[in-house]
Amino acid sequence: MAILKHGALQPNEWQELSDDAPLPESGNIIVSLERWRRDEEVLRASNRPIGLRLQNNQSPLALADELDRMSLVVIEFPKFSDGRAFSQARLLRDRLGFKGEIRAVGNILRDQYLFMIRCGIDAVELPDGKPIDGYLDALNEFSVWYQPAADDRVTAMSLRHGKKKTTAGASTVVNDSVAAMWAY
Amino acid sequence: MYRYDEFDATFVRERVRQFRGQVERRLAGEITEDQFRPLRLQNGVYLQLHAYMLRVAIPYGTLSSRQLRKLGYIARRYDRGFGHFTTRQNIQYNWPQLDEIPAILDHLAEVEMHAIQTSGNCIRNVTADHYAGVAVDEIEDPRVYAEIIRQWSTLHPEFAFLPRKFKIAVTGAPTDRAAIRVHDIGLRMLKNESDEVGFEVWVGGGLGRTPVVGVPIRSFLPKQHLLSYLESILRVYNQLGRRDNLYKARIKILVTATGTEEFTRLVEEEWQSIKDSALTLPQEEIDRIQTYFAPPAYESLPDWQPEFEAARKANPEFGRWVQSNVKPHKVPGYAIVDVSLKPEGGAPGDASGDQMDIVADLADEYSFGEIRVTHHQNLVLANVRKQDLFALWQRLSASKMATANVGFITDMIACPGLDYCNLANARSIPVAQRISRHFSDPKRIADIGELRLNISGCINACGHHHVGHIGILGVDKQGEEFYQITLGGSSRDDASVGKIVGPSFSTEDVVGAIETIVDTYLDKRASSDERFIDTYRRIGIDPFKESLYGNSKARRPAAE
Repeated sequence: MAILKHGALQPNEWQELSDDAPLPESGNIIVSLERWRRDEEVLRASNRPIGLRLQNNQSPLALADELDRMSLVVIEFPKFSDGRAFSQARLLRDRLGFKGEIRAVGNILRDQYLFMIRCGIDAVELPDGKPIDGYLDALNEFSVWYQPAADDRVTAMSLRHGKKKTTAGASTVVNDSVAAMWAY
Repeated sequence: MYRYDEFDATFVRERVRQFRGQVERRLAGEITEDQFRPLRLQNGVYLQLHAYMLRVAIPYGTLSSRQLRKLGYIARRYDRGFGHFTTRQNIQYNWPQLDEIPAILDHLAEVEMHAIQTSGNCIRNVTADHYAGVAVDEIEDPRVYAEIIRQWSTLHPEFAFLPRKFKIAVTGAPTDRAAIRVHDIGLRMLKNESDEVGFEVWVGGGLGRTPVVGVPIRSFLPKQHLLSYLESILRVYNQLGRRDNLYKARIKILVTATGTEEFTRLVEEEWQSIKDSALTLPQEEIDRIQTYFAPPAYESLPDWQPEFEAARKANPEFGRWVQSNVKPHKVPGYAIVDVSLKPEGGAPGDASGDQMDIVADLADEYSFGEIRVTHHQNLVLANVRKQDLFALWQRLSASKMATANVGFITDMIACPGLDYCNLANARSIPVAQRISRHFSDPKRIADIGELRLNISGCINACGHHHVGHIGILGVDKQGEEFYQITLGGSSRDDASVGKIVGPSFSTEDVVGAIETIVDTYLDKRASSDERFIDTYRRIGIDPFKESLYGNSKARRPAAE
């Protein structure tokens, strides 16, 4: 599996740990919420980046006090038609101000990629060898936004009432090169 | 009416370009039908029994004459000369070719129309009172808010893959003509003690397999918070709505399962966090959209029009049409005209391309160039001078669109049924046609009076049979079409779900059964002013059972 992030494929630097697997000596690890709750003390003390994998029915709002220890949250799209993770992403970004990586895994269609980015998901896991051109193209298919979301795109409503047409500004979600890619 | 600005026009063009690419990928075999399905659905393209079907959005049912002419053109050029107006104030074409659909969408974009979110598990085309802006009892024009909701919901990134479809209706008047209580969200405008206008919010209504009348969860929502409140409801639903069973995925099931109180608490809690966010509606945006819906340049006319009054007395046929198809207007000297798409022997809601052209011409001549589509599958010319009614009636009559039956038994809602739909168990249109031929005497149907008869070809209830005063549901019994009858439904302020009267009827017997029900009503009604639904509510279902099944059978269990 490869990770599409910031407009390019990147190697996956995270190791997913099952609930009963022993803690490896080093490296970034992703654990379930159950394991985090069980081993929180050990994990907090282990001085390494920690990622959390959320099930679709686990609300991020329960994590308000723990997110500061997380560098990554993985959310799931078990089927393309299951859109719960879109709300999880928005709660993580908008409500809880999570600044780390939000990674989508599962059945990720290029035609959903723009929605994901708009909801604050900044990385998606794709099968190795999958061409990414379609995903990148999907981000350029629209230039008009009808609702505020977890990104910096300026809505048509704001533009109608005098706000400048720009995507510049402090972004919690994207780096400048990606913002440039989204520019009008 | 609303006109696209540069943003809307650009957006719709971009959407067509995107869909054209998706169709090309499908035709080239780059994506499978499975992968294509969600993409085409969110652009209104279904795969039906015989062909693809394209459902075009008519936001809150309002059209310009130019748009209606374009719909007529598409019917002739890309379909078999017809279009079918639906209960969501949309229009469906039943015979387009997939490779031509992008071209159709281009034509639509030319007249500021599209097919976005007319299907799929997303927020669907928003509906509103078809008498918006002209009804005597209106507080404010609901289309202003329906348009605001349309924009907010368009390609909403968080709510494009909901557990199930999601329908919102808005009414600006105390009288509910938009069936808000049978929508996922229903909004009713009202004034609070300080004379501010806001919304009463209803949630969890819906038809389908499990018909439910919605519940009010907020008695007054200030306008500026409209979008944040909707977003809160949708966010709760998107996270908690069931996804394990297609038939239990609508928000009504969630509201019923969590209980109204707990559901309301969840929504309010979410809302507290976002009510003052970027979703707050600025007054200047409300003002901007309101200017599009400003009243047309009405003439100052006396309400009493002697020539019109004389004509309705002199010509009983015209008089009957005025009685049933013409409604009072808020401006003196004007009237609202319902254009019936329910001629004797016709398919309810169907109009030919030529009929669309004629209505567009009549709208230009008599009604400021604007047309409405009703959720009862008729059209409306909302601003007609009373002095023009006679001429208009003659023109409509010549094109078979002046059947004097609006609100009567032959003003049926019917889904396309097994003639087109791959979900249906039974045909709907032939039954509707037979009923309309059976009740073809205009004097008799006027005497029967207001009677809502709705027909669905399957349990998914696209024909709204549960909320018909009389509902007919097509069922399949060992490969044969049967029809189950319900009584006592309503989609108005007194919303209720009909009750099954007894064992179902064969295709041969169903029209006779309707006749028996009508006769029973005529026999039992307290006076000729007592409507069918009122008689039913007064005397209950038993007298109807008795006349349908006889005394002995009446005690058989109602449900099958």
